[in-house]
Amino acid sequence: MSPLTFSLKSPPPQRLDLSKLTPDRLKDMKAAEIQRVAIGTTHGPLLVGDVFSLKGRDAAEIRFDGGSDRFDFLGHGMESGVIRVEGDVGLKAGRRMRGGEIEVRGNAGPWLGSQMSGGRIRISADAGDNVGGPISGELAGMSGGLILIAGKAGRQAGERLRRGMIVVSGTSGDYAGTAMIAGTLVLLGKTGHLPGYLMRRGTIVLGRGAQSLSPSFADSGPQELAFAALLATVLAEHDVKTGKLFKGTLRRLAGDLATLGKGEILIG
Amino acid sequence: MPQLMLNGVRIDDTFAEAFGMVATAIVITAPTAKWAEQAAVTMTGFATSVIACGCEAGIDTAIPATESPDGRPGVRVLLFAISAAELQKQLQNRVGQCVLTCPGTACYAGIAGSARLKLGANLRYFGDGWQISKRLGGKHYWRIPVMEGEFLCEASTGSTTEAVGGGNLLLMGQTRRTALAAAETAVKAMNEIADVILPFPGGIVRSGSKVGSRYPALIASTNNAYCPTLKGLPHSALDPDIGAVLEIVIDGLTSDAVRQAMAVGLKAAAALGPDAGPVRISAGNYGGKLGRFHYHLKELIG
Repeated sequence: MSPLTFSLKSPPPQRLDLSKLTPDRLKDMKAAEIQRVAIGTTHGPLLVGDVFSLKGRDAAEIRFDGGSDRFDFLGHGMESGVIRVEGDVGLKAGRRMRGGEIEVRGNAGPWLGSQMSGGRIRISADAGDNVGGPISGELAGMSGGLILIAGKAGRQAGERLRRGMIVVSGTSGDYAGTAMIAGTLVLLGKTGHLPGYLMRRGTIVLGRGAQSLSPSFADSGPQELAFAALLATVLAEHDVKTGKLFKGTLRRLAGDLATLGKGEILIG
Repeated sequence: MPQLMLNGVRIDDTFAEAFGMVATAIVITAPTAKWAEQAAVTMTGFATSVIACGCEAGIDTAIPATESPDGRPGVRVLLFAISAAELQKQLQNRVGQCVLTCPGTACYAGIAGSARLKLGANLRYFGDGWQISKRLGGKHYWRIPVMEGEFLCEASTGSTTEAVGGGNLLLMGQTRRTALAAAETAVKAMNEIADVILPFPGGIVRSGSKVGSRYPALIASTNNAYCPTLKGLPHSALDPDIGAVLEIVIDGLTSDAVRQAMAVGLKAAAALGPDAGPVRISAGNYGGKLGRFHYHLKELIG
């Protein structure tokens, strides 16, 4: 069976709530039923059929031909299957995702993978602020899974990260890994000010350093870590190019000593 | 005993009798192959027989850097014991004392399987609160600070109850020299087989045992039927042309692996011929009533 494909007819007239269009939710639905799923977010009603033309039947793999920064809540809470988007996505793609895979050939908006606990998200271009982070009132961010961003990321990537890994191949904004609880945040490009601000545990890897580092980290100096070699192997399995970053020593900063202080920033 | 012939070597029409065991495997890596091997050699020392060592352990194979979990050269070690509880204890003690302590090493699961044994999950306490938990690629690791840097250890490894211990061959030569040549040749061939170890020194045991003893305190004693100094006496199983007997014991993660190892070992030894190698090859059993696994030499050479 061919993948269930949603082709964008024209740019969406309003922000879309795509949370209902996941492999888990669509697997037992007929095409006619899917056409009638409401995806609007304003007073004006909007159904799938108004925005997309449908093709294919296999909901285990969903494709979006064409994207938009108005594609919100893509793959919300998905547990299995694959969603591929040829284009951009908006707010909170992959939020609370538990399994499966999201692949976006374009940009993603803020809160990408917010509070996700499993599965994999791959973004071919840039992501917005708060990758993996909690929304207001939530105590923890991402708690499992993997987010791979080939381009840049905005501010506060990996805020309150608890478990899982976020990899940003390009540059990233200020306050990456703020209040990290644990987990691994790999920032291969240069990052902004004060990464790891108030982090408790967890690992931040900086491929090209930061604009400024918090003084409340203790410098443990250069380290040769088997863990670095393991991390390099795992990243290579996901086609992430790390060059010579993990070949030599990594300077280890322990902190943030303004709080628990059992985290680390490893600088290549 | 009826006999078959292979390249001029007499093959007893008998069978090796082996037992079900619980086994596990780990992979040890280090910055150089030398130190990975050193850790493996140390942790598999004094692990020849479950009779007195708690487990039987050995090196299965070297793992090239390109195939190891962290891109460094490694060694795969197998451990066999008679119960999961004993295996857990031996694994923890041996990795804790011999791998954790060895410069540069890291330690990973070497076998899949849902029945898990704790590895780093126990050793982490050595970190005294400074240990770091890491989950990567679906696996759980512990990083434990040590004086040289950091010991990286996977939290758990798998285990199997399909393992077999006690596959064996008895290689009989005209002299000690030819018996040793036969055994060394067989060991070399058997070491190429995956998922098996030969737990005795260099793979070879010169003091094969029988069950029981005239002394009540001993559960095993010398296999007097195969001692050349007792040749000619009643109960001797040796022919006049036999001057020395060496045994090879094989433990494997599967019965098939043990069978395959025995077959290649037997054939390699027999290929030497009776002058340079064995004049006769046999195998040890207990009448077939004790062990679940029987390996008939006739089938191995077929």
